[in-house]
Amino acid sequence: MAAAVTQGIGATAALSSANSNKFQFTTRRSLSERKGSSIVIRSDGNPRAGLNQHSNSTRQLVTNAVSTKPESAAASTVSKPGHELLLFEALREGLEEEMDRDPHVCVIGEDVGHYGGSYKVTKGLADKYGDLRVLDTPIAENSFTGMAIGAAMTGLRPVVEGMNMGFLLLAFNQISNNCGMLHYTSGGQFKIPVVIRGPGGVGRQLGAEHSQRLESYFQSIPGIQMVACSTAYNAKGLMKAAIRSENPVILFEHVLLYNLKERIPDEEYVLNLEEAEMVRPGEHVTILTYSRMRYHVMQAAKTLVNKGYDPEVIDIRSLKPFDLYTIGNSVKKTHRVIIVEECMRTGGIGASLTASINENFHDYLDAPIVCLSSQDVPTPYAASLEEWTVVQPAQIVAAVEQLCQ
Amino acid sequence: MAFSATTKIIQPMCINSARSPDKSDTCTKLLSPSSFLGSNNKLFSINKTISPLSRRSATVVAVSSDVVKKKKVESNPASNLLITKEEGLELYEDMILGRAFEDMCAQMYYRGKMFGFVHLYNGQEAVSTGFIKLLGNRDCVVSTYRDHVHALSKGVPARAVMSELFGKTTGCCRGQGGSMHMFSKEHNVLGGFAFIGEGIPVATGAAFTSKYRREALKEDCDDVTLAFFGDGTCNNGQFFECLNMAALWKLPIVFVVENNLWAIGMSHLRATSDPQIWKKGPAFGMPGVHVDGMDVLKVREVAKEAITRARRGEGPTLVECETYRFRGHSLADPDELRDPAEKAHYATRDPITSLKKYVMENSLASEAELTAIEKKIEEVVEEAVEFADKSPVPARSQLLENVFADPRGFGIGPDGKYRCEDPKFTEGTAQL
Repeated sequence: MAAAVTQGIGATAALSSANSNKFQFTTRRSLSERKGSSIVIRSDGNPRAGLNQHSNSTRQLVTNAVSTKPESAAASTVSKPGHELLLFEALREGLEEEMDRDPHVCVIGEDVGHYGGSYKVTKGLADKYGDLRVLDTPIAENSFTGMAIGAAMTGLRPVVEGMNMGFLLLAFNQISNNCGMLHYTSGGQFKIPVVIRGPGGVGRQLGAEHSQRLESYFQSIPGIQMVACSTAYNAKGLMKAAIRSENPVILFEHVLLYNLKERIPDEEYVLNLEEAEMVRPGEHVTILTYSRMRYHVMQAAKTLVNKGYDPEVIDIRSLKPFDLYTIGNSVKKTHRVIIVEECMRTGGIGASLTASINENFHDYLDAPIVCLSSQDVPTPYAASLEEWTVVQPAQIVAAVEQLCQ
Repeated sequence: MAFSATTKIIQPMCINSARSPDKSDTCTKLLSPSSFLGSNNKLFSINKTISPLSRRSATVVAVSSDVVKKKKVESNPASNLLITKEEGLELYEDMILGRAFEDMCAQMYYRGKMFGFVHLYNGQEAVSTGFIKLLGNRDCVVSTYRDHVHALSKGVPARAVMSELFGKTTGCCRGQGGSMHMFSKEHNVLGGFAFIGEGIPVATGAAFTSKYRREALKEDCDDVTLAFFGDGTCNNGQFFECLNMAALWKLPIVFVVENNLWAIGMSHLRATSDPQIWKKGPAFGMPGVHVDGMDVLKVREVAKEAITRARRGEGPTLVECETYRFRGHSLADPDELRDPAEKAHYATRDPITSLKKYVMENSLASEAELTAIEKKIEEVVEEAVEFADKSPVPARSQLLENVFADPRGFGIGPDGKYRCEDPKFTEGTAQL
């Protein structure tokens, strides 16, 4: 079916009526035309699974690309040893590779240039590419996000950095009205290949406004995609995929994960934006999570394994749209679902996911879905209160125990 | 001749021949594209405060045809007119098209062929024609919800715009945009925005691309962007933020304020602490110019300067066009607040009548030629309506197209296939 997909460019044209602009799998086409040895990584590494067929069969697949071990995240089993780096460096590597590859890729944000980014994701890039390709903006989120959108409409591929995701609330007008909408209201004439990225989530006593969990706010906007990275490996892969995507993508990073160290492959790789990542296969219960909560879940998993449970942990990665295939397969296997997220309870990603799973996989569930979200409070400053705001491993363990009774 | 933003803080545009075009400007030295993306205003003396006296004496200068005529004598000895016959006829035709089209829109609206919010441009044609007719195809135009005529001036066919208003699939946006969202990739019309102020950053981005192409990609690019918006928008944050960024980076953009004195029912004077909008340009380091927006020739002269400035890489200009809309804010607006005397006054300054008078008085064209144009446009507009009437409404299958440029964004379904590969997807019946 790989052939079918790459032929799909023609097939879908037949499905649709005359307008040939509709289904342009340009990303895929360009991947196959690229000369370097690059790989498209399947999330569960299973060559026989249906999704496998989306990758080009002429390219070498790395199976078991994602570790099946609970703690370590060794990402490479190819012959080359790979190199170790921190998550923020992985993001930078991905960004740099894309900027090398396509001179239309540029970075726009506050302090991204000379300062190197408030979390050093863009360090050194201004020296290499100049002040125009790595643009230090004045403090005007709404306008520079709109500017990125206008630039994207006229041929550039901007990466907008929100110094903190919370600042993007100021850009909400542009993100909601223009970013998501313009491709549609222009009848498909203008595409908006922007990437909007930045750190969010609850940090260490950063106070309420710098500790926002905004994924849910952007969720309903039609026309955008949202992904959340959690390891150096998927950070780089998702960054590259987001830049190459013709759709506007919001990439959620987490303040506390920037210093995660990991060994990633030397050769180039791009991950799939719409796929979830199998972190730990299991039999008893499906735990769906993303971003920082992945680590709380894995910590809980250690305890659970010692107690004799076998949780299956999936990092959903794609917050919009959900990868219902990976999630569905898991539900069909374990029949129990716990969602662990940092988003707020009300209207959060977990809430949407619960609804989605209920709609699609109701028959496979043996118990109601349990959704562990952070409290519906503005993140308090005090360390103890902050700790109770987000879901802790102990709560996850308790929830699994209760669910699996 | 260039606008000088650096020698004086408020500089009304000097067009009399005292300033010869050959005098080298301190501007050009400063304003050459440099690698430093920041304010170059070293000569900007902070000590030169604007005393209340100087504010009063820095009079609002309107470009008067007589003065400009004098200037033209220098540069074009063969004729002492501002325009040639061809230009005159082109301008006339464009303004007649704008007027006839908008009048037809009103008719069609009341006959139930189009719905929603429709904002007509009657009376403001001089601004659109004056500016946009100077642009090339690659230059971009960004507008607001009052965008029909901007699209028409830029070259979008009348039938495409009318179809869009009727909500047909042959519209310029496939019927998906409507009156307030006119887009055209072919003619570089970047919208059509319903929220005011929203288009200004997009225009700034298009200008940024032009600069990027020239400086980062080393392409031969001098595309200019025009951002049109109203007096109400000039109190919005996005306006100020973009003035700052455009001036900071010397972006090739012209900010055109269509000051028709009213934002729905809010008079400009009731909403704005300092109603002289052109003054806000120099506050950010760009020239601010006020022009009579009911006179297409004056607008055109100012536009030429501003656009040339931008093309040369000297940065943005803020042009305030004093204009007026003859109809209400939209077709749903009863228009009760405006003083009939004010309306009557501006009716005497109808830009089309003024141009017709100029053309005839200067024997640029005969009455017959002008009437022929009017007839031609009448036919164009009628044909546009016929075309729109006959065009098909969008099918259900169109509903989900164009949400994503890459439809894989709809995600992977439970069966492992991408949703967009589901045959029901094109039918619009797929569950998402």
